[in-house]
Amino acid sequence: MSRQSVAKAHEKIQELAWEPLYHEPVSQYGTDYTFQKAKKRDPLKQVLRSYFPMEEEKDHRVYGAADGAIRGNMFRQVQERWLEWQKLFLSIIPLPEISAARAMPLLFRTVPNPELHNGQAIQMIDEVRHSTIQQNLKRLYMNNYIDPAGFNNSLRNFQNDYCGTIGRQFAEGFITGDAITAASVYLTVVAETAFTNVLFVAMPAEAAANGDYLLPTVFHSVQSDESRHISNGYATLLMALADEGNHQLLERDLRYAWWNNHRVVDAAIGTFIEYGTKDRRKDRESYAEMWRRWIYDDYYRSYLVPLEKYGLVIPHDLIEESWNQIWNKGYVHEVAQFFCTGWLANYWRMDPMTDKDFEWFEYKYPGWYDKYGAWWENYSRLSTPNGHHPIVFEDVQYQYPNRCWTCMVPCLVREDMVMAEVDGQTCTYCHEACRWTDVEAFRPTYQGRETPNMGQLIGKREWETLYHGWNWADVVSDMGYVRDDGKTLVAQPHLNLDPKKMWTLDHLRRCPPLQSPNVLLNEMSPDEQKAFHANYIRGGPAGRPAPADA
Amino acid sequence: MTAEEATGKDNDVQATDVAQPTDDAQAIEEKTHAAKPIEEQAETDPQERSVPKPAFTDAEAGAKVFPDSTARTHNYFTPKKRKASHYEDVTVEVQPDPRHYLSQGWLYGFADGRGGYPLEWTAMKAWGVDRPEPERFPGSGGKGYDWPAHGWHEFRDPNEEWELTIYRYNANVVRQINQNIETARQAKAFEQWNPNWVTFVERHVGAWMHVEHGLGLYLFANAQRRAPTNMHNNAISVNSMHKLRFAQDLALYNLTLSEEIEDFDGAAHVATWNEDSAWQGVRRVAEQLTGIDDWAEAIFAANVVFEPLVGELFRSNLVQQASPGNGDFVTPTVVGAGELDYATRDLRYTKAMFDLLINDKEFADHNKQIIDQWLSVWVPRCITAARELQPLWSQPDSKPPRFEDGLDRAKSRFSGLLSELDLQQPKELTQ
Ligand SMILES: [Fe+2]
Ligand SMILES: [Fe+2]
Ligand SMILES: [Zn+2]
Ligand SMILES: [Zn+2]
Repeated sequence: MSRQSVAKAHEKIQELAWEPLYHEPVSQYGTDYTFQKAKKRDPLKQVLRSYFPMEEEKDHRVYGAADGAIRGNMFRQVQERWLEWQKLFLSIIPLPEISAARAMPLLFRTVPNPELHNGQAIQMIDEVRHSTIQQNLKRLYMNNYIDPAGFNNSLRNFQNDYCGTIGRQFAEGFITGDAITAASVYLTVVAETAFTNVLFVAMPAEAAANGDYLLPTVFHSVQSDESRHISNGYATLLMALADEGNHQLLERDLRYAWWNNHRVVDAAIGTFIEYGTKDRRKDRESYAEMWRRWIYDDYYRSYLVPLEKYGLVIPHDLIEESWNQIWNKGYVHEVAQFFCTGWLANYWRMDPMTDKDFEWFEYKYPGWYDKYGAWWENYSRLSTPNGHHPIVFEDVQYQYPNRCWTCMVPCLVREDMVMAEVDGQTCTYCHEACRWTDVEAFRPTYQGRETPNMGQLIGKREWETLYHGWNWADVVSDMGYVRDDGKTLVAQPHLNLDPKKMWTLDHLRRCPPLQSPNVLLNEMSPDEQKAFHANYIRGGPAGRPAPADA
Repeated sequence: MTAEEATGKDNDVQATDVAQPTDDAQAIEEKTHAAKPIEEQAETDPQERSVPKPAFTDAEAGAKVFPDSTARTHNYFTPKKRKASHYEDVTVEVQPDPRHYLSQGWLYGFADGRGGYPLEWTAMKAWGVDRPEPERFPGSGGKGYDWPAHGWHEFRDPNEEWELTIYRYNANVVRQINQNIETARQAKAFEQWNPNWVTFVERHVGAWMHVEHGLGLYLFANAQRRAPTNMHNNAISVNSMHKLRFAQDLALYNLTLSEEIEDFDGAAHVATWNEDSAWQGVRRVAEQLTGIDDWAEAIFAANVVFEPLVGELFRSNLVQQASPGNGDFVTPTVVGAGELDYATRDLRYTKAMFDLLINDKEFADHNKQIIDQWLSVWVPRCITAARELQPLWSQPDSKPPRFEDGLDRAKSRFSGLLSELDLQQPKELTQ
C-alpha cells in the first residue's frame, strides 16, 4: 500500500473542489442565515481510501458479535422487559438516521464552502450505514427473540402510533424548514452533539445490563461515527457565528432545538432506561445521573458555554428548566406512566413494576413512591384481564392528559400546561417553551424580523383526533396491532405469553369509545376552556385530577 | 469578538476527538465515546466491581407457543420475490408515506407547508399518484390506501445495497487500486511512459476527477434528499459515494504519480479543467447537470445520457484504449474501477428505476413523453461536449482508435441502452 502521508492525501483531495463557471448548481433549500464565502478547512480530514476499509473493519466486529450472540444463545438471558421497549426504539431510530443522510444536501448551497461538503457527503453515507445496520439488528431480534410481534410490523406501526409520532420529530426536524435550523442546529449541534450520548452510549449500557450485548456492539459502532458529524456541526456553527446578523436566529434555533430534543429524547430514552430495565443495582446510574453527566456537564458546560465568547446566546434558562423537569417535576416518570396508561394503543408489552423496582426508584428519586407507587400497584393489579377494563378506563386517580401541539408528548407536568389559539383552533402545550416554538419561532416573522424560510408545524398532530368517537377494538384493528390469531393484541400490560392471560379485541370492544381531548376542548366555549385550563393546572403529579374545591 | 476569532478556530473542535484517517483511525473513533462509561466505572469502584447478574430468561424464539410466536417476517410490505430479501428487510418503509401508513401526515414542513418527500419533485409519475392523498380528520381513522398505495414503492435496487454491501464493495475497490498502484511503483512501471503520455495523464485523466466529484456531490448526493422512497434515495446515495470515491482515487493516483515521475505536474489537472478548451464542453454540461431541479431528470440525464456519451467515451474509448499502447498498464486499473461502478452497478439500478416508470400501468405514456423531452435537451448537449473532447485523441504518441469510431461506439452503446429501456432514439443523436 502506498505510504502517502495522511496529511498529503488530505491536502490533495482539496484540489477536487471547483467553482462553477457556466451554471450554478440548483438551489432548492432556503435559509434566513447568511454566510460569508471564505476559505475553510475541511474539519474531517477523512479520505475515502481509508474510510471504507475502516468502516468495513467495524462491520466485521458487529457481524462477528451478531453471529456470536446467536451461537451463544444470548436470548436465553435477555430480559423481555428490556427487549419489548426496543420494539418502539428500533422502529423509530432508523428514520432519524436516514433523515440525517437526507439532510446533508440542505447545507450544500446554503453554506457556500465546498471544503465542508466532503465531510457532509461522508456523513450522508455514515447515516445510510446507521439506518440499515439498525434495521438489521431489529431483524435479528424478530428472528431470534421469543415474541416477534411488534418487530414484524414495526415500520408500519411507528407511522401511526402516538409514541412513534413523538419520535418522528427527531427525524423530520432534520430535513425541512430553514436549512440551517434543520440540518445544522437541530441535527448536528443539538441532536448529535448533545443527545447521541444518551441514545447510543447510555442506553446500550443498559441493554448490556439486561442481557443484550448485541445492541451495545451495534450502537457503539454507530456512535463512533458521530464525532465526525459533531465536527461538521461545529464548523458550520462557527461560520454562522461569524456573521452578527445570524445571532438572533441562532438564539431562536438553539432554544427550539434544545427544548424539543429534551422533550422528545428524554421522554423516550428516559423511559427505556428507567422503566425498561431489570438492573436495580443501587450504584447503577439513574437516567437523571446520566443526563447530568452526559448532557449537562459534557455538552452544556464543556461544549456550549465556551461558545458564549463567540457571541452565541445560550438558553441557560431552558437547560436549567430541563433539569428541573427531570429532577424535580418527574418528567421521565410522568412519561413512563402515560405510555403504560396508553399501552393498548401501542405495539409492545409493558412490564409492571415490582417492589424491587419501587425500592430502586425511591432510592434514586426520593419521594417517588408517594407520587407514583399507588398507580403502579394498580397497573399490576389490572394487568391481566379479569372482568375489568384496561387501566385507562378504571378509576385509578389518573386524568387522561391533553397532548402538546408542538412536541406531541402529552402535557404531563400539569401545572406547566398552557393554551393558545393558533390558526383558528385552541391548542394545548406542555410548557411555555413549546407554545413559543409553535406560536413564535415557527413563523414567517420572528421578533419583527422577516424569516421567510422558517418551517411550519403541520399534520394532524394530536393522535386521538383521527379516532375520535371510535370503539377501541376498531382503533387497534385499524392501526394493525393485532396478532396472527386475528384477535390477540400485540400490546399487553404484562409479559405473560399465556394466551389466556392476554388481552384481545373482545376485551376492547366492551370499553367506552375513544375521545379526543383536543376535539372536546375545541367544542367548549371560551369560558369553559378557561375553566378547563384552570382545573388542569391544579392536577398532578402522577396524573392525579385536581383536588375538588373545598 | 471578531469574525476572525470565530472562524480562525474552526478546526479546533471542542468536546470531540476528530478522527484522523490513520491506520488506527478506527480505534480512535471507537474510543471517542464508547470507552467513557467503562473507564469511569472503574474509577469510582475499584474494589468491588458492581456488575449486573445474568439471569436465565428463556426469551428465545420457539420457547413458547402463542399468537404470533412464529410470525417472523415483516408483514407491512409485499416482497418482490416470494420471500423478502435481506436488503428489503433493512430498507423498505423506513421512509414513511402519508398515502398508506403515515396517518397523521408529515409533522414538519418547509415554509410553503410541504413536508417530507413531495411527489411533485419530479415530473415522473407512478401509478396511483393522481389519487388524492387520503383525508384525515376527526373520526376519519388512519387508513390510507392499501400498500403500496402507488407505484413508486415497487422499486428495488437490483444491487441490493445496504450497509454491509456498501463497505465491502468499496473497501475491496480501494484495496485493489492501492495494490495495483503499489505493485506498479515497485516495478518502476511508470518509467515506461513516454513524455507525451505523462502529460496526457496529468492533464486529462486528472481533469476527469472534477467531473466525478462535481456530479457525486451536487447531483447525486443532492438528489438523495428528493425521491419518494427509501429504496430510491439509498441507491442514489450509494451512487454518490461511488463517484466521490472514484474522484478521490484519481486524485490520490495523481499524487502518487507526482511523487514517482519527475516531471509530472500534480497541479496540471486544475488548469486543464479551468482553461483547456477541449474540456470546457464537458465542464459546461457537468455544471448544467448539477443545475437540474427534477431529481429523476438529474439521474436520467447523468446515468443514461451523459455517462455513455461522454463518460464512457472518455474512459473506455479513449483512456482504456490508449493506455496500453503508451506503456501504461496502471491507469486502466484505476479508471476501470470507476467504469465498473458505473457499468455494473449505477447503470443497473438506474435502468431498474426507469424501467418501472416507462412501463408504468398508468403513466407509461406520460413518462415516455417527458423522457423524450429530456433526451432532446441532454443528447445534443452531451454530443457537443463529446465532440469538443476530440483534440485529446491526437495527443498520445501511440494513437487510440479514431475519435469518430469511439463516438460511434459510444452512440451505439447509448442507443442500445435506449432500446433496452424501450425508448425512442432522439433525432439529435445523428448530429
Ligand atoms: Fe447516525
Ligand atoms: Fe449522525
Ligand atoms: Zn453525528
Ligand atoms: Zn411540548
